[in-house]
Amino acid sequence: MPNPSKISNDDPAAVSGRDHVASGTDAPIVQLQEAVSLIGQFPALAGVNLVVGPGEVVLIRGPNGAGKSTLLRLCSGLASLTSGAGRILGHDISDRAGRRAVRREVGLLGHATSLYDELTVEQNIRFWVGANRSDETMVEPVMHRFGLDGRLRSVRVAGLSAGQRRRTAMAIVVCRRPSLWLLDEPHSGLDEDGRTLVDDLVVQAAQSGATVLIASHEVDRVSELAARTVVIAGGRVHTGEQLGDSTDAS
Amino acid sequence: MLRDARLVAAKDLRIEWSSKVLTAQVLPFGFLVLILFGFGISPERIVQGKDGRSVLEDVSPALFWLAVLFSALLALGRSFAIEADDGNLDALQLAGLEPAGVFLGKTAAVAVELAVLEVVVGSGALLLYGATIRHWLLLIVVLVTTTLALSGAGILYAALGAGLRVRDTLVPLLVLPVLAPVLLGATRATEAALFGAAADGWSWAGFLGAFSLLYLGAGILLFGALLEES
Repeated sequence: MPNPSKISNDDPAAVSGRDHVASGTDAPIVQLQEAVSLIGQFPALAGVNLVVGPGEVVLIRGPNGAGKSTLLRLCSGLASLTSGAGRILGHDISDRAGRRAVRREVGLLGHATSLYDELTVEQNIRFWVGANRSDETMVEPVMHRFGLDGRLRSVRVAGLSAGQRRRTAMAIVVCRRPSLWLLDEPHSGLDEDGRTLVDDLVVQAAQSGATVLIASHEVDRVSELAARTVVIAGGRVHTGEQLGDSTDAS
Repeated sequence: MLRDARLVAAKDLRIEWSSKVLTAQVLPFGFLVLILFGFGISPERIVQGKDGRSVLEDVSPALFWLAVLFSALLALGRSFAIEADDGNLDALQLAGLEPAGVFLGKTAAVAVELAVLEVVVGSGALLLYGATIRHWLLLIVVLVTTTLALSGAGILYAALGAGLRVRDTLVPLLVLPVLAPVLLGATRATEAALFGAAADGWSWAGFLGAFSLLYLGAGILLFGALLEES
């Protein structure tokens, strides 16, 4: 479980959101109204209403195929909004320019790790840090924090275990310093140390003012991190539960 | 844009260097095509009225460019296979790279691979088919413009099929008809560089240059929309 007291904001590998989030504006980070998103002809999201404020950590849970991953992709600017209205980080995602603007400010850890098998761990991280225009001085401390600075540094990604791939992908997300973290089953494939590391990152991200949405089936574990739980089924948000009580979010 | 292009090109070339696909698969494939053509056409057959050239020597420009074209299909397919396998196309979009930069970077990487292929396979063709070069400058210009045309148009069409399961079979079907005029122009210009008057080849070289500029321009303008749809 996370131990925020262990996390120092002086740590160069510490998680932090970008400046506009830390500046203290109260405008919602995620604001969806009757949002519909199609995968082909199938409405993966069929009228979602959701508001998430700055610095919130929200658990999104629901059965397989409920629309959790599509909701995260919509919030990342990758999936398009077919109907309804949506603003993410202040950008209108109903148009392409808005979605492009959102993409630069979010960190998405999906089922895919987006790593190149033929490159080493370090080459992958340095490529994505360059592509994301992240701070290159973060590479070494972040690799150290994720246990990627030793023997693994020069190992090709094709030779990594699923958990090591996940750590590498997570390190890249940390280097992005996103304002909105979108984590899809972030504990999947990780050992206990890795799972604790993820928990610490979530706590630290929230402390720095970033907003975190976590889609997970590990309800007990993530509930300890999240201030709120959103239940999604059949492409719609059914309930939003504050910890300790239950309210309708939609 | 150029910064992003350099980043993507360096990454693609590093992947190819690391995977050895170019040296272990694409180059041997190009050579194999050349040798098989040689088996199919007897070197003893002489073309009437063409300075005693053999049929094999006479058609060597066409055979060379066919070998390059088939090998280019492998390189183009690979250029997007590395992006599609683990959600990397999504990550490229999330990175906020300029789409035009991604296009130019991938085009440059494929162009470098094709240039290596052309030098190696071209040397093989000269040896196997017994051809000699008369006009070096024309040949170099034709190699450069054809390489840019093949890689620019190829990357643009390969992006169309990038997100599809059937991309391996679909991309050649899309690309080959588009590249037919390039094959024709490159063959005619190379014939002029090898056997004819240079003046005959420069007009074809101009056509190849215009074709490559057209597709490089189209890629710079359209690649963002293609990535969105892939």
